[in-house]
Amino acid sequence: MMETSMNVREYSNISMIKGPLVVVQGVEDSAYNELVEVEMPNGERRRGIVVDTQRGVSIVQVFEGTRGISPTGTRIRYLGRGLEVKISEEMLGRIFNPLGDPLDNGPPIIKGEKRDINGEPINPATRDYPEEFIQTGISAIDGLNSLLRGQKLPIFSGSGLPANVLAAQIAKQATVRGEESNFAVVFGAIGVRYDEALFFKKFFEETGAINRVGLIMSLANEPPVMKTLTPKTALTLAEYLAFEQDMHVLAILIDMTNYCEALREISASKEEVPGRGGYPGYMYTDLAQTYERAGKVVGKKGSITQMPILTMPNDDITHPIPDLTGYITEGQITLDRNLYNKGIYPPINVLMSLSRLAKDGIGEGKTRDDHKEVSNQLFAAYAKAVDTRGLAAIIGEDSLSDTDKKYLMFGDAFERRFVSQGVNENRDIETTLDIGWEVLSILPEKELTNIKTDFIKKYHPAYRGKR
Amino acid sequence: MAKGKVARVNGPLVVAEGMKDAQMFEVVEVGEPRLVGEITRIEGDRAYIQVYEDTSGIRPGEPVIGSGAPLSVELGPGLLGQLFDGLLRPLGEIYNLTKSPFVKRGVKLPSLNREKKWHFVPKVKKGDKVSPGDILGTVQETGLVEHRVMVPPYHHGTIKEVVPEGDYTVEDTVGVLDMNGDEIPLKMLQRWPVRVPRPFKEKLDPREPLLTGIRILDTIFPIAKGGTAAIPGPFGSGKTVTLQSLAKWSEAKIVIFVGCGERGNEMTDELRSFPKLKDPWTGRPLLERTVLVANTSNMPVAAREASIYVGVTLAEYFRDQGYDVLAVADSTSRWAEALRDLGGRMEEMPAEEGFPSYLSSRIAEYYERAGRVRTLGNPERYGSVTLASAVSPPGGDFTEPVTSTTLRFVRVFWPLDVSLAQARHYPAINWLQGFSSYVDLVADWWTRNVDPDWKSIRDFMVRTLIREDELRQIVRLVGPESLAEKDKLALETARLIKEAFLKQNAYDDVDAFSSPQKQMRIMKLIYHFYQYGYSAVEKGVLVKRITEKVTVVPDIIRSKATIKNNELEKYDELESKLKAQFDELMKEVGA
Repeated sequence: MMETSMNVREYSNISMIKGPLVVVQGVEDSAYNELVEVEMPNGERRRGIVVDTQRGVSIVQVFEGTRGISPTGTRIRYLGRGLEVKISEEMLGRIFNPLGDPLDNGPPIIKGEKRDINGEPINPATRDYPEEFIQTGISAIDGLNSLLRGQKLPIFSGSGLPANVLAAQIAKQATVRGEESNFAVVFGAIGVRYDEALFFKKFFEETGAINRVGLIMSLANEPPVMKTLTPKTALTLAEYLAFEQDMHVLAILIDMTNYCEALREISASKEEVPGRGGYPGYMYTDLAQTYERAGKVVGKKGSITQMPILTMPNDDITHPIPDLTGYITEGQITLDRNLYNKGIYPPINVLMSLSRLAKDGIGEGKTRDDHKEVSNQLFAAYAKAVDTRGLAAIIGEDSLSDTDKKYLMFGDAFERRFVSQGVNENRDIETTLDIGWEVLSILPEKELTNIKTDFIKKYHPAYRGKR
Repeated sequence: MAKGKVARVNGPLVVAEGMKDAQMFEVVEVGEPRLVGEITRIEGDRAYIQVYEDTSGIRPGEPVIGSGAPLSVELGPGLLGQLFDGLLRPLGEIYNLTKSPFVKRGVKLPSLNREKKWHFVPKVKKGDKVSPGDILGTVQETGLVEHRVMVPPYHHGTIKEVVPEGDYTVEDTVGVLDMNGDEIPLKMLQRWPVRVPRPFKEKLDPREPLLTGIRILDTIFPIAKGGTAAIPGPFGSGKTVTLQSLAKWSEAKIVIFVGCGERGNEMTDELRSFPKLKDPWTGRPLLERTVLVANTSNMPVAAREASIYVGVTLAEYFRDQGYDVLAVADSTSRWAEALRDLGGRMEEMPAEEGFPSYLSSRIAEYYERAGRVRTLGNPERYGSVTLASAVSPPGGDFTEPVTSTTLRFVRVFWPLDVSLAQARHYPAINWLQGFSSYVDLVADWWTRNVDPDWKSIRDFMVRTLIREDELRQIVRLVGPESLAEKDKLALETARLIKEAFLKQNAYDDVDAFSSPQKQMRIMKLIYHFYQYGYSAVEKGVLVKRITEKVTVVPDIIRSKATIKNNELEKYDELESKLKAQFDELMKEVGA
């Protein structure tokens, strides 16, 4: 984005240091978002960018934090360009920090292109609408909240819920049927604990996928700016692979809650007016600039399917982080502590989950002709079952009507047969839909009003058996 | 014209000095890349500028050049069927120019194509006295829309020259106006400042419904041509799908769709599907009547603030031609957040939840640009702007400032309910909370054009739904078996209302659009179910028997998707089956 080229200028008059910010006096012409290098008396070098520039004053945000920086003896070099990270195909199979430095004892990237990691908005006129169904092998997703290639579909998790197991399973199983594709996974691990980082590393080594996976990582104890840069670098890599190397990229960002907290920390240190929950008012736009970096564009073979994972603080879906995310992404997969406690894996609460794009990727010629109606019917029936459970808890199961009792049975079967499956169980879409029919057949046929009679005749176990 | 230098850059806010000739809301060009911005505050010779593009790389000392004019848009043939950004730059053309899938900043392109020739048919002749709004000539812009080229506001006098019928570009002079001795060339292209409402002769009360084909909207909470409506709802409750259905199926002559801070793929969806979808009222491709304005969530925030005004200005322009225009905005909350963001950077005193104190007056100004009017100019004509906007309350909390303020200024309220959405009951409009103050206004239209019973059956359905809510509370305490039989019948009827009428699948070819006549047929079936049921219960038939024996009910529910708008006679069969099955029941009890 930095188009104007300037020479390198050096200053040393620091008037204030606060949080990640350094205020430099006497700078006449620092550019907004210009990259700087901070050189400490001991020779240590750090990087930062200009976040506010005026005649004579420039405010610099230091990526690696300001610990140890002193107003005397520190030199600030303005580099005359924006923040760029060298991006290359060689990053697959490797681990880097968000500034592009290797974290795996491997060599630095030599051959590569320097990219502004902030990216640019995709022109809506050049977007190509997602409509290819991705089979994840997970019934609750494929059957009811289908993922399409180019979609951005987050996982809303809670502390301790198995979001990373699910993400890893999806990364391993996801395929577009009838296609051997040029496939890659980009992981942005944002401020993760070391054991989480190890989990993913081990998982991919075990499944042999490591050469198709690039990992951009910042750890939990790193400064907030590094955390906010992590998804940006990961998505810049994803864009490069998708739109220049024709790859179908699955970008997994974990954990966006860490990203938002880092954003809040930086905002507070800049003394900005806080919005809801203390998060900055521009968090919606900021998150959108991350999440919108997904999709397909006209004339390019590759695509980016984005799956950000976030932890809902206190399992609260109305918390600003999941709330703003849900307003931007194309649906969400919500994990549920009750299901988890019941021993159901994956503990996906299908009612609180949604795939906005599913309608365009399922049905005749894409998955199976009955998919849309079976999906609608399962949703409606399970919602009723959950409602009925609430009623039964108050007035007792015996006072329910016969139909309502059937709904209770359906609800249990739905959770145990349809939603629940093994960590390594990879169901194709036909199996998923057939299980759907199987659990629906618990209900009296007159309740299946969301399904046209032709499909009932074709797929309902009662009729299938007769053929 | 003001010429100054950049003094400070802080995100989208740039402060320039040496700007003593600047005017408030003047458009300026900022820095070497000449980014577009608008002046929002002046202090001495310092001008505060909100910049519509990314300001990375801008530094103090770079030039700032004023344009002398406020933020304006180009109006004329060539708007329909296009996708623009929040400042009305043509996004398709930008792609053709840059060949990049990304929006590059600093790209300058006129909104209207300068090369394209339009077939202009003059409607005035030399010597005619004209005043603002008079129709100079017409252009068949699309198969659906005749573009009426008007004498611009503030222009009047005698036509000195007019071109013969033929093909002209928007910049060609098509007429010359003698205005108090000054010769003024008239072109198809006009400009209008977006923050100023376009003038009209008088504002009138809405009269006719704006039919949408969406049953709950048309019958339960109708909107009138020239009315205002808000759709608030938490994420995933179906705001965008409802607005898209409105844009697709409503009876408006022109639709302006403003995607304000929303998803990129949604605009792509419309751009991709509208050329294929047919307007149910005329059979023409929907894109022929649609203008899309997209400032997606990841585009610069200042342009998002402007996009709402750009959209409503286009709507007024087509209204002035004598058309019924629907302008939908998705979502006004994002626009309000843009106000908050910019206000915060200007260090304004925040009011509730950090929003600026002028939030409510801005919202009021916006909705006041709706209405049915008698337009300026001859021949006399009437046009309307209907505004329907999504509101995205944080956490689904309707008491937050944007939702609660919006509610004060709209006359139709379609609140979306997350529990309905979770059960995939769409449109997820909560029938207990919603309201429309146009019901009585449009009842007259229904009586004259569809059926005199519309209002009474509509009211019956609303009453039944309210009764159901009360009964469900009782059921929660004592169980369903202790209800009186008539109350059980009310519950069954309410279920039928919800399943057969309110629930509507926007993605089903048949169900997506219900003609008023079809809506009436379903309403009558439901009403008859209740009437027959009531007589049966009076004679001692148990509701349990009714649910067992009246097997036509699932067919009634499915009829919304199985019976097309042009084969309503099939409802006769359902009617007679319903009657026959109840007659059977009556026989059982010997009545």
